[in-house]
Amino acid sequence: MATVLASTSRTHSLSDPLPLDSGQELAGVTLAYETYGDLAADKGNAILIFHALTGDQHVASPHPITGKPGWWNRMIGPGKVIDTSRFYVICANVIGGCMGSTGPASLTADGKAHAMRFPVITIRDMVRAQVALLDALGIERLHAIVGGSMGGMQALSFAANWPDRTQRVLAIATTARHSAQNIAFHEVGRQAIMADPNWQNGDYYETGKGPDAGLAVARMAAHITYLSEAGLTGKFGRRLQDREAKSFGFDADFQIESYLRHQGLSFTNRFDANSYLYITRAMDYFDLAEEHGGRLADAFARCTARFCVISFDTDWLYPTAESRVIAHALNAAGAAVSFVELSAPFGHDSFLLDVPAQDSVIKGFLE
Amino acid sequence: MSALRPDLAVIAQQVPAGARVLDVGCGDGSLMAALRDERGVDARGLELDPEKVALCVSRGLSVIQGDANRDLVEYPDDSFDFAILSQTLQTAERPDLMLDQLLRVGRRAFVSFPNFAYWRMRFSLLLGGRMPVARHLPGSWYATENIHHLTVRDFEELLAVKGVKTERRWFFAHEEKLGAGGANWRAEHAVFQISR
Repeated sequence: MATVLASTSRTHSLSDPLPLDSGQELAGVTLAYETYGDLAADKGNAILIFHALTGDQHVASPHPITGKPGWWNRMIGPGKVIDTSRFYVICANVIGGCMGSTGPASLTADGKAHAMRFPVITIRDMVRAQVALLDALGIERLHAIVGGSMGGMQALSFAANWPDRTQRVLAIATTARHSAQNIAFHEVGRQAIMADPNWQNGDYYETGKGPDAGLAVARMAAHITYLSEAGLTGKFGRRLQDREAKSFGFDADFQIESYLRHQGLSFTNRFDANSYLYITRAMDYFDLAEEHGGRLADAFARCTARFCVISFDTDWLYPTAESRVIAHALNAAGAAVSFVELSAPFGHDSFLLDVPAQDSVIKGFLE
Repeated sequence: MSALRPDLAVIAQQVPAGARVLDVGCGDGSLMAALRDERGVDARGLELDPEKVALCVSRGLSVIQGDANRDLVEYPDDSFDFAILSQTLQTAERPDLMLDQLLRVGRRAFVSFPNFAYWRMRFSLLLGGRMPVARHLPGSWYATENIHHLTVRDFEELLAVKGVKTERRWFFAHEEKLGAGGANWRAEHAVFQISR
């Protein structure tokens, strides 16, 4: 049984409306966040962790709904790779999320949920909200920002747009722009949600039934992209689920079917379907070069931070080639950058799992 | 910098404080770490082996995992004061093109390489009739990563053809520095400081 790390759950309400990339403003923004460790007197030991698409602020504390350990519990704690006896670790739920930060399920002034009235947000909007949180905490310059997957996109966006606010940038298993393939998988998920009659154009909050079937299918499709083919074969192969022979029907004959159905179903207990629409949209809109005149190196022109980019050889969602593009752009911008492709069997999810080489790289980089 | 290999120590002594340096094929980052710690040099590295890159990053060095044959083109012109290529030229797919890249990204370059005309190699080939396997060039012909063997004279000729200036040269045998006389016979290793 893993020991439970002492954390502090807080919320912060932004005093001003949050300007958005769409040109709109979002008023009454609340951010829910967790902190671990103690902030030094000079406030120089803070590390901001950005979570991925379906992650949340419970990076190293038990999830309040599932009771499972934090999604990066293995990485964060006293004496661990990100050592909370030295560092003050902050992780906030992104706007658009559903774990306490303002999102489509949050109520507006009229007492009803935003639902599809929630504005379309971007990765930079998510980061802008978290910069406002840093302002409120009085943290001028972070020791480091760290993120994997969508968290890595936020880290890159933060570095490009608020270059003076961090000394180190660690971007793992990520990309500087969503590819056609990335967008395609997300669109499958969104269409699954929107095709569910219980979605009701997003206004399902007060009807007692949500688009669970659609959200589960979205999660199933996405989950495949987080694993490697070799990993799936090793874990499931063509093995049958609790039966001796194929049923000649459409039950979950295969273990992989049963596994995906379970993943899909359990996801609906902890995630809001509209949040899934908005956050995947934000990822699809992400193109850091486009924001900076079309040349990625220009996005990093003002960066003084040190960068570390990590990819995994079995990650086909954000493959190594995407990380190389980032590393070369940083190089062209004259930034101090390290890049390494690590070997791990777990596909895109490798960044969340037991990969000792990743631990030593991160530990060394944060020194 | 006594812990460094002699060819690296010579290079380290030439790099002025605060210079910008790219170490191509930086290995475990020993030279970069020495340059950073003792000279305050802004050192960057390029290394093929991911495990060595991980080691470098865990030492706080800025190293990119990649292949010098392909990835040097990604670096802008004049981005470094010095480019260093130590004991790697003979492993390049096209050493001549790699030399061009070195002197494009760096104003100056250090190139060190094993001298295939070292007298022991000559005797080994002459008397044994087989590809020499030596202390400074281990590995059989079929397994060696050294695919473009060269001599001191070969390298000087390539520099002449390319119009590259030689600023300084150092020669070594048995980790000892030698004079330039008869270097193509006597040197196991050579280090050249060159510029456009």
